[in-house]
Amino acid sequence: MYMVVRQQTLRVLEMVGEYVSLAIDVVQAAIYKPPAWGLIREQLYHLGVMSLSVVAITGFTTGFVLSAQSFYQLGEKGMAGVTGVMVGKAMITELGPILTALMVTGRVGASMCAELGTMKVTEQIDALKSMAINPNAYLVAPRFIAGILMIPLLTLFCIVMGIFGGYLISVFFFHMSPTTFFQPMKVHISTFDVASGIIKAFIFGVLLVTVCCYRGMNTSGGAAGVGRSTTQSVVTSYVLILVSDFLLTMLLNMIHMKLRQI
Amino acid sequence: MIRIRNLWKRYGKIDVLKGLDLDVNQGEILVILGRSGVGKSVLLRHIIGIEKPDQGTIEVDGVTISSLKKNELYKAVKNMGMLFQGSALFDSMTIEENTAFYLSQHGDPVTQKPYPSEVITCKVQEALGMVGLAGTEKKMPSDLSGGMRKRAGLARLIMYRPSILLYDEPTTGLDPITAQQINELIVKTQNELKGTSIVVTHDIHSALYMADRMALHSDGKIMHVADPDTFMNIDDPIVNFLRESATHTPRKKSV
Repeated sequence: MYMVVRQQTLRVLEMVGEYVSLAIDVVQAAIYKPPAWGLIREQLYHLGVMSLSVVAITGFTTGFVLSAQSFYQLGEKGMAGVTGVMVGKAMITELGPILTALMVTGRVGASMCAELGTMKVTEQIDALKSMAINPNAYLVAPRFIAGILMIPLLTLFCIVMGIFGGYLISVFFFHMSPTTFFQPMKVHISTFDVASGIIKAFIFGVLLVTVCCYRGMNTSGGAAGVGRSTTQSVVTSYVLILVSDFLLTMLLNMIHMKLRQI
Repeated sequence: MIRIRNLWKRYGKIDVLKGLDLDVNQGEILVILGRSGVGKSVLLRHIIGIEKPDQGTIEVDGVTISSLKKNELYKAVKNMGMLFQGSALFDSMTIEENTAFYLSQHGDPVTQKPYPSEVITCKVQEALGMVGLAGTEKKMPSDLSGGMRKRAGLARLIMYRPSILLYDEPTTGLDPITAQQINELIVKTQNELKGTSIVVTHDIHSALYMADRMALHSDGKIMHVADPDTFMNIDDPIVNFLRESATHTPRKKSV
């Protein structure tokens, strides 16, 4: 029992070390020897443009639901007027970043992991090394740059779609006036809320790209191994995104409180 | 000149390489024979720096490859090339892009400037013509047969004219005619580039055709190294079997 726990602990520590090493290598490559623009553009398209529809649907439907729930729950207490703020605040600080990250992980992260995993098991990554090319710089860095640029932008898009969805339901279904929907937002949604959403999206982008690429680059065991890595990459990314969301929420709010006291 | 001393490598609980020593002379084709799973491919992967040894040294033209850091290693292996068992062509690229890959990434080694696209196109056509794949430039690797993929891999290797060429089972899974074409291409490439080649194979006929020297890899070590004539007369169970395979006669069928 002790040996099993010891081995598992060592394996986890080894994986963390490998992951950190990959992340450092990728960040260094992205800063000091940026990949060719063509490689980045391809990933920007794949990660960003191709995710627009799924992010739009996610944001839009979440806005519908949030608006409906807020209206019904708060309406009973005579607070239906804050529906717009509820939708806006929830989308900006929490649901926009987290839903975008989860959707992009499922759509793009899994595909990144499977692609890199297939390249690993078919010796294509070894072929890159044999041609004196750093696979982290050539394969992972463009995905990393695309991730940190596109996920905050996709998050903003998701937030806009969510608020728009909430607006449509509130105005056309619950007959709320547009002013009632939007006016309280100006008062209750601060720059900090927007900044915290964007910071979260940026961190989620770093996590999901590096985790999925790490899993892909360390795939072994043929086609079954690729499947295993892909599942693990999605599960690990989801868990890390959810845990880091909590930690970031606490940290950012504490920093905000401190700044307000100064 | 490649000099390997006391090379050890363990995967899990299995020692694949157990203090392996080997010298490969400048300008020769050394063929390594041995049973499956003894670590022949692992040895090639160590020479080109894909794997790090647990112990021991690999020296290539006076540079100790095994102790280099990642960035230094990428510089050191620029004059090496490897043909992988499964060809390892990039499946998202056409044959032309695969063949041009090294030159488009590294540019001119002297001026460090990118090659003009016309120069690359010309070199690609020349390399593909040399391996008999002219006209396949726009095809994807999945459109080619196993033998054609091996030849495309060889064209990719020829393109950047490395001085050390490593071939991992270049004829495995190919019909005898295609296998012989690959053997001839390896010898032709060797003669043209005047480099040093190490070929890992199970095919004794290919080995005898190509080798300047032959080595037997068994039990994690190089057991014998000799010129083909001497090698085939060594009294060793595996060499005896290889000798019989080389002069194989059909088994008698019972009536």
